Amino acid sequence: MSEAVISAKPADKVETPFRRFVSEFAESKVALGALVVFIIIALLAIFAPWITPQNPYDLAELDIMDGRMEPGTVGGAGFTYWLGTDDQGRDMLSGIIYGLRISLTVGAGSALIACLIGASLGLLAAYAGGRTDSVIMRLVDLQLSFPTILAALMILAFLGKGIMNVVIALVLVEWAYYARTVRGTALVERRREYIEAAQCLALPTHRVLFRHLLPNCLPPLIVVGTMQVARAIALEATLSFLGLGVPITEPSLGLLIANGYEYMLSGKYWISFYPGIALLITIVAINLVGDQLRDVLNPRLKK
Amino acid sequence: MTGKLRKLALAAGTAFIGLSAQGALAQSVTMAVAAPVTSLDPHYHQLSPNNAVADTIFDKLVNTDAKSNNLPGLALSWRAVEPNVWEFKLRPNVRFHNGNPFTAEDVAFTLQRLPNVPNSPSSFAAYSRPIQAMEIVDPLTIRFRTAAPHPLMPLDMTNVRILDRETHQNATTEDFNAGRAAIGTGPYRVVSHRSGDRIEFERNDNYWGDRAPFQRVIYRMITNDAARTAALLAGDVEFIDQVPTSDLAKLRQDNRIALSEVVGLRLVFLGLDHLRQANENSPFITDNDGKPLGKNPLQDVRVRRALSIAIDRKAIVDRVMEGAAVPAGQFLPEGVYTHVPGVTPPAFDPDAARRLLAEAGYPQGFRIQLNGPNDRYVNDARIIQAVGQMWTRIGVRTTVEAQPWTTFIGRAGRADFSAHLVGWGSNPDGSHPLRNILATVTREKGWGSSNRGRYSNPQLDALLDQSLVELDEAKRVQLVIEAQRIAAEDVAVIPLHIQTNIWGMRRHLAHDARNDELTRAQDVRPAAR
Amino acid sequence: MTVYLVRRVLQALLVVLAMSLIVFIGVYAIGDPVEILISPDADQIERERAVQALGLDLPLWQQYAVFLTKALQGDLGRSFVYNEPALKLILQRMPATLELAFGATIIALIIGLPLGLYAGLRPEGRFSRVIMAGSILGFSLPTFWVGLMLIMVFAVYLGWLPSTGRGETGSLFGLQWSFLTWDGLRHMAMPAINLSLFKISLVIRLTRAGVRETMLMDYVKFARAKGLSPARVTFVHVFKNILIPVVTVVGLELGSTIAFSVVTESVFAWPGMGKLIIDSINVLDRPVIVAYLMMIVLMFIAINLIVDLTYSMLDPRVRLESKGT
Repeated sequence: MSEAVISAKPADKVETPFRRFVSEFAESKVALGALVVFIIIALLAIFAPWITPQNPYDLAELDIMDGRMEPGTVGGAGFTYWLGTDDQGRDMLSGIIYGLRISLTVGAGSALIACLIGASLGLLAAYAGGRTDSVIMRLVDLQLSFPTILAALMILAFLGKGIMNVVIALVLVEWAYYARTVRGTALVERRREYIEAAQCLALPTHRVLFRHLLPNCLPPLIVVGTMQVARAIALEATLSFLGLGVPITEPSLGLLIANGYEYMLSGKYWISFYPGIALLITIVAINLVGDQLRDVLNPRLKK
Repeated sequence: MTGKLRKLALAAGTAFIGLSAQGALAQSVTMAVAAPVTSLDPHYHQLSPNNAVADTIFDKLVNTDAKSNNLPGLALSWRAVEPNVWEFKLRPNVRFHNGNPFTAEDVAFTLQRLPNVPNSPSSFAAYSRPIQAMEIVDPLTIRFRTAAPHPLMPLDMTNVRILDRETHQNATTEDFNAGRAAIGTGPYRVVSHRSGDRIEFERNDNYWGDRAPFQRVIYRMITNDAARTAALLAGDVEFIDQVPTSDLAKLRQDNRIALSEVVGLRLVFLGLDHLRQANENSPFITDNDGKPLGKNPLQDVRVRRALSIAIDRKAIVDRVMEGAAVPAGQFLPEGVYTHVPGVTPPAFDPDAARRLLAEAGYPQGFRIQLNGPNDRYVNDARIIQAVGQMWTRIGVRTTVEAQPWTTFIGRAGRADFSAHLVGWGSNPDGSHPLRNILATVTREKGWGSSNRGRYSNPQLDALLDQSLVELDEAKRVQLVIEAQRIAAEDVAVIPLHIQTNIWGMRRHLAHDARNDELTRAQDVRPAAR
Repeated sequence: MTVYLVRRVLQALLVVLAMSLIVFIGVYAIGDPVEILISPDADQIERERAVQALGLDLPLWQQYAVFLTKALQGDLGRSFVYNEPALKLILQRMPATLELAFGATIIALIIGLPLGLYAGLRPEGRFSRVIMAGSILGFSLPTFWVGLMLIMVFAVYLGWLPSTGRGETGSLFGLQWSFLTWDGLRHMAMPAINLSLFKISLVIRLTRAGVRETMLMDYVKFARAKGLSPARVTFVHVFKNILIPVVTVVGLELGSTIAFSVVTESVFAWPGMGKLIIDSINVLDRPVIVAYLMMIVLMFIAINLIVDLTYSMLDPRVRLESKGT
């Protein structure tokens, strides 16, 4: 257990924690490659308006006469649709780059917020125990049994359509998973000697919670977390599939896939295939980075 | 149904698939429909999938053919013997599936049951409401007395499936759903029913009409469009309805598959806000800077016309609907008796649309939001996006919002939207859309219950009033046509297209495509060879 | 222990009550069931009749009071759509969903545990990397899309498996189960695999993470130092320790699969509860939604209780709280 205590106070070491973190992260070439891919994707998403041949969100730039064109066709506007077009004449390449933006915002945004809320509540539940624990955990029960689609419909009814509202719906659905996971681990951890030691030292509660308990709950949290980013993106796709996702004129990758879904049997593969590939690459990159982060950040894997 | 029986049925089905290629006699057929059947009680829920199945099990006094023309059903003939009295002569020697004879008593019982089905979310009571008294003249003659002349009586009777007084006196909806009470006079009888999954039928060998072509029918429900097409391609089912337009091109080229199609009776149109007066703001219309306009441009017929001719209907039909529709300028397609002659789909003319907008005082256009469902009509969300493109091109910058019918319809019903997409069908009589969609909302008359734009035109109302009591069919039809013409000229709504109904099947089958969209087991038969 | 259980039951009742209230308010906010269910050509009189027939003419709180009174007598209401008791509808659909969910979970454990164990024991191995990369695929593609791909490949092109629906069933405990027949199993295969993909990845990842950590723990090092066989160390000491997160997460996953395999059941036309709940939500069939969610919340509470009890058995360091603080 001594390792855990030491690594929870990395400031004792001579080299800066950040530098050590970077060098440890770079040990894996795969993870480094994934990080590069992820940065490229993020840059594409950020600079989308400057690099795409078309603004896929502007109905005036779309023409249904250009709809469902094969990859490589030159459209009415004069440029080539390298990845084809969807049913509205939306250039798939532009659509995918813009879609990345939405998907990343929705996926990362909802996962992050849900993680913050869920992990805090989970920690609190495990640490405080008793009535606090009961209330939080019954809220979790309630939330886990509440169908995403109904939550999304209610938010649609209350707040209307919009990307932020999808994020809210996803947070509402996802936080419980974090809370449950963190509580499970924390229940075990809080009985360990280092916590008792910290408590004996009369450290303030928040310090024990966040400096001692949390780091040791991180590994499963990162596993769940990186997976939940992916899951949130996929869940958003499912909501789109059910007609409850982002607005149809501002498609995310998920909505592009859901749109193309109907054309799968007809051989117009590109409408859902290319967004699918983009989604896959993004999620694989995020998870490879996440896997390495987890190993690096895990205090108990330190050799 | 026992496992053994099902195994037998399955074996029969498999054998059939294998043998049909060699032209063996058809024994069974597996069909898959898109919309789930919610009840086998024919009077519980007025819903197309339920009606389709009810038509297989039961009969009506007046049946309809594939083009929605009236045909003698359990009644051989009908006429108005007095202005307020209709007389129906019933078909002799008809028996229910359990052997009970069919008589006028059963008709009277059925009409009394209509308003008394407990918990019905959408009853058939409207069809018996005009009837003040029933008189059984003899076992095969019945008379209905109404308060006022009621020319639509035969049409009403095409909606009422006849039950057996003796069998159904105490039958509940649950008894029907369990199959115990699903006993009619129709071409097939129910063997088993698994709610939301499948219904199994067998032939009624004592049917009074044409003998049903199959010994057994398995009627499955596969709601997911792609999965339904896949099931057809895989050969797991031999017949599907509501073929998705995206699969049409592929299926047409597939030599294992045949399609049956007919122009339907369902118009897809845009409803416009007539509720806000000319000097009021419409909720989803602003000027180009997003500020309130201070007036409702949709009250100006020139703006409505501009929005209508800005739409390239042919492009929508070709590109979005992939040919599975015909452009429309009115509610009913050509060939139907209340079609308005001379009212063609408005020609696409963006320049004229811009001129009209300028004349109306909007040379720079304005902004509008077009709302629509995304799970109700064929390609609904795609259509509103296409319209959005076209409106934006004439300077009316359009945002598009699609949402599930669940949340959409309530808001549309409250006239919350400035412009919205809906559909209307499937009844061949023009009085139907007039009364429900275009007439001024009047509770006492039961008018305008689906008039979600709150259109109101006294001239149209007057013609409709006359038509509803006109017993001379030719005159009545003329009145209905005139009223519809007024609506078209006033651009009360913006008609887009009338859908084509499409069914898909393996080559060894043939089907009579119905314009009322119903997928009935008796319409499927082995293909002639 | 008894006090603990009694408290949990009381809490459960409160949660169920809260759920029913939320659903009542939620459905009310979403829309009007009558607008959705009524035939478009119904006139105003018929609409008013339907509103009354479904008991929607009362103020919301009175509707809720009526519901509560009946619920206390064991009547959760009748479906607006099917005119059958809501509970009966749900129970009818339950076996189909249960077998699918358990099938998927079993597949996930059979495939996920060994692969995760392997990847955890040899974190640097080539095959381990392949496993880990492969496991990402399991949760990166939307279920509906993978489902259709499965149908296209195995039903349409290869013709090995039936495309959709539930096959022949056999009878057990008076219920119909399709895992008892060969035809039923063939029908179950694709939807179960579709549902299990996410779970396989989850189990692999959790197992690997757990194994890697546990292998470095003092007691494992000690056990190895003592000269215990690697197999014994792995399967007794390591395995027992990693089961906690796996049990938690798999338990929850099983719960949400039972409750909401909405997409898979829709795509594969599987007549289970997921299909029922989505159909009911789409038409705002409130009695079914309320009854269903009340049942599901009870199930989750039970799962969580079992998970908590399992914790205390697997890991004596976790003590059940028996008194409030």
